[in-house]
Amino acid sequence: MSKPTGIRGRVWFKALTDQEKPMPGDPPSVLVADAPVGNENARLLCVVPDPNSRFPCASHGEVGLEQAYTLATRIREIIKADTTGSAGNEIKKRPFIAIVDVKSQAYGRREEIAGIHLAAAAAADAYATARFAGHPVITLIVGQAISGGFLTHGYQANRLLAFADDDVLIHAMHKEPAARITRRTVAQLESLAKTVTPLSYDVRDYAKLGLLYKLLPVSNPETPSADEISLVRNAIAEAIADARIGPTDLRNRFESEAAQTARKATRLIRARLEEEWNQ
Amino acid sequence: MREVIFSREYLQRRSFIELSARDRAESLFDSGTGRELAGPFDRIESPWLAMQGVTPQADDGCIVMRGTIAGQRAVVIAFNGAFQGGGIGEVSGAKLTTALDLACRDSENGQPTSAVLLLETGGVRLQEANLGLAAVAEIISSIIALRRYAPVISVIAGPVGCFGGMSLTAGVSSYIVMTPEGRLGLNGPEVIEEESGVEEFDASDRALTWSIYGGQQRYNQGLVDILVDDDIDQVIKTVQELITKGVPPRNRSEQVDVYRSHIAALDPSTKWNPADVSWSAASLARPIGRNQEVASNEEEHNQ
Repeated sequence: MSKPTGIRGRVWFKALTDQEKPMPGDPPSVLVADAPVGNENARLLCVVPDPNSRFPCASHGEVGLEQAYTLATRIREIIKADTTGSAGNEIKKRPFIAIVDVKSQAYGRREEIAGIHLAAAAAADAYATARFAGHPVITLIVGQAISGGFLTHGYQANRLLAFADDDVLIHAMHKEPAARITRRTVAQLESLAKTVTPLSYDVRDYAKLGLLYKLLPVSNPETPSADEISLVRNAIAEAIADARIGPTDLRNRFESEAAQTARKATRLIRARLEEEWNQ
Repeated sequence: MREVIFSREYLQRRSFIELSARDRAESLFDSGTGRELAGPFDRIESPWLAMQGVTPQADDGCIVMRGTIAGQRAVVIAFNGAFQGGGIGEVSGAKLTTALDLACRDSENGQPTSAVLLLETGGVRLQEANLGLAAVAEIISSIIALRRYAPVISVIAGPVGCFGGMSLTAGVSSYIVMTPEGRLGLNGPEVIEEESGVEEFDASDRALTWSIYGGQQRYNQGLVDILVDDDIDQVIKTVQELITKGVPPRNRSEQVDVYRSHIAALDPSTKWNPADVSWSAASLARPIGRNQEVASNEEEHNQ
């Protein structure tokens, strides 16, 4: 089974920022720091476990109410600071790097009472707003990226990077509950996933869907070598440069080479709707 | 109560929920202007369901219609909660995203086109797992692009409600409209019971479920803009008014400081009475979750 979440998030946050503390006033589960990546000054964000979380259902690396609103706050303050000045001179929009190792959203009654859907929406909104404003938004998936946790933290990026590692898990739901809800055994689900690519839990299959910018060969994600850290830094810098020259929407995800095959139905719908729109 | 139940107004109501998804979409348009796009005769089905022995549907449970509402250009996207629980698959997700993108393109070119989402959905369709999740991310992005130019209105009318990733879709909308029968939340009761145990959430307790997710509660909390009865005329009138009103000065999901401070004021060490967790102007004066005794008494009363 996959390893506990959170270890990798912390490791990579430290490796890329040389910091490990939350910003003043933020919960211990949200790490945010500004650090140089390539020749740019980026803001890096990561959600990590906090065993003493005020909200118990968000203590193992889940994205809960506090995590989502903290991310949104820390993204929006940069968007605001980088808005074109009164003189009209263009400010270079700083990149955001979301380091992702989230086991899920927080599954709690209090979370629902307090409207966690809006918290999640606010974080996704902040990331997307940053992207549309011209900030490169890069996501580095170092561990798990599951369901609402990933929608909240990371899935709005211009470019997605992930480690080619067996414990990297990008999915709509963990294997056991997904099997139960679709009335299958885990073995049946695994067997189906061999032919039905979007069901697969293997990041190498995920890469075939055309959503990823790059799969990175990192063999020790919990204890990365200096070479691996430098490889990741370069990949992020390259993704930032690529995002700066590309469109600010998410079309690259269904226009990519892999998507031509894997997302034929998406492309067919897009073509048909466009054709019929003005008839 | 009897006078209320048998009032003329009540008897003349026509249910919105009981309409099919296609009829719900059509009902919103100015008479005769609604035109379905990529409809069932285009036969673009999910390529993934048949591979798993699940029968696909010719419209993938998602209806896209274009026309005018209150004289303004609009597109309506309606989900059929009876097909795969309204779950978002590759095709239904792409229909919604593309409709939003085309509305955005027209809006950018000086022809504002509003979008109305009729959400009856449990979230991502698990049979299409990663492509469903990816579609939801794309939908969120496309709503945020469009809502700068024209309102995006989410209507949550039926008891299927709006859950999972699609609750974020509602969350980033310009406006949310609900009926008391509708439900809105990220994780449904069954999911919470499954993941966190029956002590956390007893999914069989229907009163508890509606006291948290129900349209009346979401409206009282200030998380929904307008509460309507399950009545076609009321839904039409509300959608027309919102389209006429246009883009709001600030979207709810942009008001991070406001909601972040609400969350900071909550005390998670106590048991909450859902009705106390409210951020409407009237209830903000009251402390939240501080009085466990009162909260649990009221809960018993609710049951």
